[in-house]
Amino acid sequence: MFVLVVGGGKVGYYLAKGLIDSGHEVALMEKDPTRARQIADEIGSIVIAHDGCEGTYLGQAGCNRADVVAAVTGDDEDNLVICQMAKHHFDVPRTIARVNNPKNEVLFRHLGVDELVSPTRMILGSIEQDIPVHELLHLAALGEGDLEIIEAHLQPGSPAIGRAPRDLDLPEGCSLFAVIRDGVATPLRPDSVMREGDKIIAIGKQECESMLHRQLIGDPEAAGAG
Amino acid sequence: MKIVIVGCGRVGAGAAEIWDAAGHEVIVLDVETRAFERLPSSFGGTAIRGDGTDEDVLRRAGAEGADVLLALTEGDNRNIMSAQLAVEALAIGKVVAKINDPLRAAAYAELGIGTLCRTGLMLDALSAHLELPGSELAGMLAPTGHHHVGDARAHGRAAASDIEAAAGAAVEA
Repeated sequence: MFVLVVGGGKVGYYLAKGLIDSGHEVALMEKDPTRARQIADEIGSIVIAHDGCEGTYLGQAGCNRADVVAAVTGDDEDNLVICQMAKHHFDVPRTIARVNNPKNEVLFRHLGVDELVSPTRMILGSIEQDIPVHELLHLAALGEGDLEIIEAHLQPGSPAIGRAPRDLDLPEGCSLFAVIRDGVATPLRPDSVMREGDKIIAIGKQECESMLHRQLIGDPEAAGAG
Repeated sequence: MKIVIVGCGRVGAGAAEIWDAAGHEVIVLDVETRAFERLPSSFGGTAIRGDGTDEDVLRRAGAEGADVLLALTEGDNRNIMSAQLAVEALAIGKVVAKINDPLRAAAYAELGIGTLCRTGLMLDALSAHLELPGSELAGMLAPTGHHHVGDARAHGRAAASDIEAAAGAAVEA
């Protein structure tokens, strides 16, 4: 396969190296001449010291016969334009863009970029897997009988959304007594329907916690996987 | 009219000043606060420091549903991206991006955004003034094509409905 890599930063450099090692034909575009020379010294004369955003230079780099164009510069707008020019101007069958702002993923897909790689989203994903973000918050401990006041923030996916306290299977000795919605706290009645974004204040014994977690936050296993 | 200007350089500030004085609602964005020094003290519009290629920033600035967005920063690709966000995500009717590379300017006019190419404009002005042969390059190009690149793939379609939903919500709000 002939792969045109645009952007000679760390990602582009190691990508080009890896592709060469697996036997592909590679051209790498890097607009900074010093950096381009440095890469050429290390991995050979596959480097084109020009801006891959310019149609003319994309053409000179052989974009029209590329099987894949990978735009991996540090700037989302450049990566978008490279992929669009490759697709629109040179009919490249497969374009891949590095996306830094995860918010841009929808736009890029919509505008025809075939594949997106978002380091930000990947790192976010790994962190969220390790650290449970959906947790009960311990507000206060009450001296007698190991009672605790607990807050649960109802995130999307919480089994409590759309249900009222009387519909929940709550452990004995545990009650949901208030809801904070839009910054206003109101008593939670047995028939008050809970909504996404609500903060539910509960009081109960410590051992009720896992049950409360399941009812208000969701199954801990499921939450971890999501 | 509600007009959003991304990039408060000489042209951006000039446009903001004129259209604000003419009674339009003008919102001007720049990443440098200093750029707003170009605006006259009489300027009654909104000046916001922020990145015009960031959808969140544009939304917070109140750009959704605006009548016009002009992307006039010094970066061709920033302007392209800002303009495409305006069309695709913010339901802005009329969009113009300054693209100084004539090739890209032509390509993006075909992809559905109005483009303004300084290279073409200056060559035209110069050749007219000197009564010398003009260039083939157009200074200002109206959008001619549809703004989608290639075909709408399956995942592209899903994304499109996301964007439309977002745009719809923005209109309702």
